[in-house]
Amino acid sequence: MKATKTLLAAAAGLAMLGAGAAHAATEITFWHAMGGGLGETVNAIAKDFNASQSEYKLTPIYKGGYEETMTAGIAAFRANEAPNIIQIFDAGAATIINAKGAVYPVAKLLNENGVPFHAEDYIAGVRYFYADSKGDMIGMPFNSSTPVLYYNKDALAKAGVEPPKTWEEFETIAPKLKAAGYIALSQSHTPWIFSENFHSRHNLQMANENNGFDGVATEIKYNNEHMRMHFSKAREWQQAGYFGYYGTKWGDNQKPFIDQEVAMWLGSSGSFGGLKSAAKFDFGTTNLPYWNSITKGEDYTTFIGGAALFAFSGKDKAQNEGVAQFFKFLTKPETQFFWHKETGYVPITNAAYTLAKESGYYKDEPDAEVGIQQLNLKSAEWNKGYRLGYYVQIREVMNREYDQIFAGTKSVEDAFAAIEDGSNKLLARFAKTVQ
Amino acid sequence: MKRQQFDYISLPYLLIAPQLAIIMIFFVWPAAQAIYQSFMLEDPFGLSSQFAGFDNFREVLSSAHYATSAVFTLVFSALVAFLSMAIALLLAVKADGIIHGQSAYKIMLTWVYAVAPAVAGMIGTFLFDRSIGSLNHLLNATGWPFNPQLDVFDASFTVILVSVWKQVSVNFIYFLAGLQSIPRAVREAALIDCRNGFRRFWTVTLPLLAPTGFFVLVINITYAFFDTFGVIDTMTRGAPGGGTATLVYKVYQDGFLGADLGGSSAQSVILMILVLALTVVQFRVLEKRIHY
Repeated sequence: MKATKTLLAAAAGLAMLGAGAAHAATEITFWHAMGGGLGETVNAIAKDFNASQSEYKLTPIYKGGYEETMTAGIAAFRANEAPNIIQIFDAGAATIINAKGAVYPVAKLLNENGVPFHAEDYIAGVRYFYADSKGDMIGMPFNSSTPVLYYNKDALAKAGVEPPKTWEEFETIAPKLKAAGYIALSQSHTPWIFSENFHSRHNLQMANENNGFDGVATEIKYNNEHMRMHFSKAREWQQAGYFGYYGTKWGDNQKPFIDQEVAMWLGSSGSFGGLKSAAKFDFGTTNLPYWNSITKGEDYTTFIGGAALFAFSGKDKAQNEGVAQFFKFLTKPETQFFWHKETGYVPITNAAYTLAKESGYYKDEPDAEVGIQQLNLKSAEWNKGYRLGYYVQIREVMNREYDQIFAGTKSVEDAFAAIEDGSNKLLARFAKTVQ
Repeated sequence: MKRQQFDYISLPYLLIAPQLAIIMIFFVWPAAQAIYQSFMLEDPFGLSSQFAGFDNFREVLSSAHYATSAVFTLVFSALVAFLSMAIALLLAVKADGIIHGQSAYKIMLTWVYAVAPAVAGMIGTFLFDRSIGSLNHLLNATGWPFNPQLDVFDASFTVILVSVWKQVSVNFIYFLAGLQSIPRAVREAALIDCRNGFRRFWTVTLPLLAPTGFFVLVINITYAFFDTFGVIDTMTRGAPGGGTATLVYKVYQDGFLGADLGGSSAQSVILMILVLALTVVQFRVLEKRIHY
């Protein structure tokens, strides 16, 4: 294991050497997990940043998927070859934030390098996910998205129904959609949508220690009556032909919606651009449904998924200044609007959102605004997000158990007992490592 | 016979030094690291670490999922090794018996060897895809409600099928070479003595093929244990319900994706012990029954 990591780090080091040419500008390296079209957009932003000034040269390097990028970053850090900036996804946030001294907190980095930072500049839903309990940002939110409901307009018209606001409404329209020849719903990423954001949308506590923000959480609260109720319902819907579960892979659950087999799909607001080109039908977007019976009529915000940028500590001053300048450039309204338009991820600052509104973008694409509106909904005690150690493995435990619920091989009660047990063991292990 | 002797004692050591260095760097050192890590509890970034004794092992061995994974690995490996060897042997015997167009058959049966495990996995993914997979449609048409995304048995079926398909060609090459190295005189003598083809194969050909068979068995068990990683990663990623995660795949999931170094090191040490035991059994018990 360690040998692999050392080799990876060596390869990373070589890549950095290769990138560095006889250039007077301060080199800044940026490892990210944005492949394909997203990667090209990242490259475009880097190019614009480099063209905008001559003191720093930012080199973005694609390191594979989210998990691979995190592992590469960890290996590089252990070998003292860490890049300046690394993109870490939501589930890995606790790992890097709890590594004492590994990260130069963004709020501090900006303030110490002459770039003013105000948390209130960022839209509500992204403000706290990567922040400490005082609200100071540790990671810079980068590609932020939130779960939304996509619906096939023709299918809903054929069944004579409106997209549901609540799960109660869903239960009334699902039989009509079935009668019209559709499976009413599918969703991608059960841990993210049906578990993490379920808690945010209903303002439910997810873990002790203030969802992990105030300290290292040791107790997950998934095994509660609301989650069990929701999954019992989902299983009933599945058996009645209202809900399709096509496994754990993102695409497996999105495809039936694109194929018009499924009428509504819960995906990411960041899927908007991709769906636009893949779907051969007219679709609309609306908020993630919630249980009226749980929230008593309140419409709480969801929180973000996606990833943030972290600055590694221990770099020299000139490089840190460059990172601060890059973050300043990245959060500029124009840059954010460009990123938002190209990818479908939400603009992270209020100014960028205002710019997008003023430019008339949402007049042409009203559905592109849904994610941001949802993130600006009412927030309360438990909508900030979560910070849980070994969360990648906890998600793995959840996927394992959800598969078994929907395959009908395990009861909802047993599955949630197993999730609670497995997650708490992992949290306890993580707590021991960061002591 | 004259004994070969170097004039200088140090020269032979110098000559094997590069080989030893490679073994040390790429085999011994990582193995030692894994053993060291398996007794430590360390945060992913290596900022703090503490001695954990056998805690990592206790946690791994008490996990119900690890037990499921171990059972799956044993069944999966046994089936992959057995099926790919049996099919390859059958094909090799048949190809060996053909007089006309033998080389065409040989090439056709061999070239799957050039397919990388991950590519084989991708082919399998397409074949068993819910909407475009022809094999998926075919199996569903036979009345089997085939659903590898939700059913562990169906998912295991797909990974076993692809893993076997990938391995048959290699086994075929070895078996065919083994068959062709059996002296013609022996075969002719057997042909005269015994008219029953099956009995001839059982009592004459198979024992003569035993050394090849043993070698193929060893490489197949190694293959089923370790090299099927690519197939599993591209096709199922251990899903559904963690039912198709082999022990090796779990090491990757926990260590490489989950950043749990102590836990995954403990798992690799358990694997090392398992492989060591398997090797001892193979060479101490099985090899004794083989005559070269």
